[in-house]
Amino acid sequence: MNDNSLLNEFTIFVLAIFIGFEVISKVPTILHTPLMSGTNAIHGIILVGAILIAATARDPLQIVLGLIAVILATINVVGGFVVTDRMLEMFKGRPTPSQKEKPNPKEKTPG
Amino acid sequence: MTVAVALAYLVAAVLFILGLIQLSSPKSARRGNQIAAVGMVIALLATIPLLHFTAPGIAITIVGILIGVPIGAVGARRVKMTAIPQMVALFNGVGGGAAAVVAVSELLLKGSHPLFAVAFPSVFSIVIGSVSFAGSLVAFAKLQALLTGTPITYPGQQIVNGALALAILALAVYLIAIASTPLIFVPLLVLGLVLGVAFVLPIGGADMPVVISLLNAFTGLAVAAGGFVLGNFALIVAGTLVGASGTLLTKLMSDAMGRSLGNVLFGAFGTVTAGPAGAASAEGKSVRSGTPEDIATLLAYSRKVIIVPGYGLAVAQGQHAVRELADELEQRGVEVEYAIHPVAGRMPGHMNVLLAEANVPYEQLKEMDQINDEFKSADVALVVGANDVVNPAAHNSPGSPIYGMPILNADQAKNIVFMKRSMRPGFAGIDNELLYDPKTVMLFGDAKDSLMKLVAAVKAA
Repeated sequence: MNDNSLLNEFTIFVLAIFIGFEVISKVPTILHTPLMSGTNAIHGIILVGAILIAATARDPLQIVLGLIAVILATINVVGGFVVTDRMLEMFKGRPTPSQKEKPNPKEKTPG
Repeated sequence: MTVAVALAYLVAAVLFILGLIQLSSPKSARRGNQIAAVGMVIALLATIPLLHFTAPGIAITIVGILIGVPIGAVGARRVKMTAIPQMVALFNGVGGGAAAVVAVSELLLKGSHPLFAVAFPSVFSIVIGSVSFAGSLVAFAKLQALLTGTPITYPGQQIVNGALALAILALAVYLIAIASTPLIFVPLLVLGLVLGVAFVLPIGGADMPVVISLLNAFTGLAVAAGGFVLGNFALIVAGTLVGASGTLLTKLMSDAMGRSLGNVLFGAFGTVTAGPAGAASAEGKSVRSGTPEDIATLLAYSRKVIIVPGYGLAVAQGQHAVRELADELEQRGVEVEYAIHPVAGRMPGHMNVLLAEANVPYEQLKEMDQINDEFKSADVALVVGANDVVNPAAHNSPGSPIYGMPILNADQAKNIVFMKRSMRPGFAGIDNELLYDPKTVMLFGDAKDSLMKLVAAVKAA
């Protein structure tokens, strides 16, 4: 029944709000940027919506809109996850003092 | 929606939530992002059985993905660490744009007199999505220095913005309640784009992270609304999670700057005004500037040095040079620590990312609360490319725009060394009296060049 499904959707919506608040209530400042970037990637889920409208496109307007939506949403989802991973990659290990490499060899001018 | 698809969406939603939880802790953050990415792949695969492809439909889906993947991947791989904030803005903007386009398409498909349950979320998604798209592009332009970073203001600006918002509201009500044609979406979309631009223009560059975070939450909500339009649970859950967590994150970020969100959004913070407070008194004060050799000697014979890195260090790509200097000092037995202001760099946590890139040991990075009492015992506070975050005006002059902002107590160190390009004020556009303090020595120049000179001079000392 149609009314029921709207009610179900609304229930999920309200519960998701609470979860969204709850999961990040204690996040250290250093993770604010990665977290923003990570949530940014998650709303790339709009790609699901973009594909849903693109797949059934018939007339030229629908085709144009579908193509734009898929391109934009794909950039969001791929770029979002990759850039977040790049940021977090750097948090993982600390080098032991012995394996410190000298940075910027290019800087050394001869003589 | 079949049971199998619904269950797969549930798995994806659980993975998003687990991912967010793990993203909130430094040890598990990277895994959290990967878990969320797995959730995304599952959600996308689960959607395939729902699709009834037309011939052009399958073509544009594949072509669209083939165009989008390299743009997103190459953009994210190539971007310099210093440019990450604007990259996030860009990725957020395109997501908002996609949400608006999806809603437009679905609204057109339903024809005249759409049901309220479709019309309302469509209109919401179109407006919020287009605001987020245009606002993010302006934020990108400001951070990329395509637009000035100072607030762009004019008299009556808030009234104009308010009128824009009211016009959008009126149009939205008309479309939902009365209009017989969905074509009303065109003016809505246009007004949404205009409002996005108008809303971000008066906000200063230093506040852009907070704005991007807010627009990120907006996009999440637009996506959730798209979920209502399409009757798709995955969009509702993921979009709402981002909307809620993004809103909270926005608040945490403005808290870290010691300001209210309203002040960030409508305060036009950083406007260069003829300030009555500190600016006038700066005239005629003298500044002491030193040679790299003087400063190297000072550093080399200190017991404890606290480095305060700021955005200037990031711009100059000096994070490797600063670590080299720290290594050199440590070999001479000097204790070195880094004091990281919550908003050092251009985004909270940005400086940690940059220094981690240069392999600075994690335990040397101290957050503001941990280190603020240690400045008293430090021989030198070495301020590299930072300014506003050590401005004592935040403590001392109630008239200053940054009064009340939490700062690093660099002024309590026995000596202060400022490495700056010039006497120009920082992002907040206000003068820093610490520059004129008798304990302060200036070393002018590009942060990286100066650091290299210091490294050489310390080696010789």
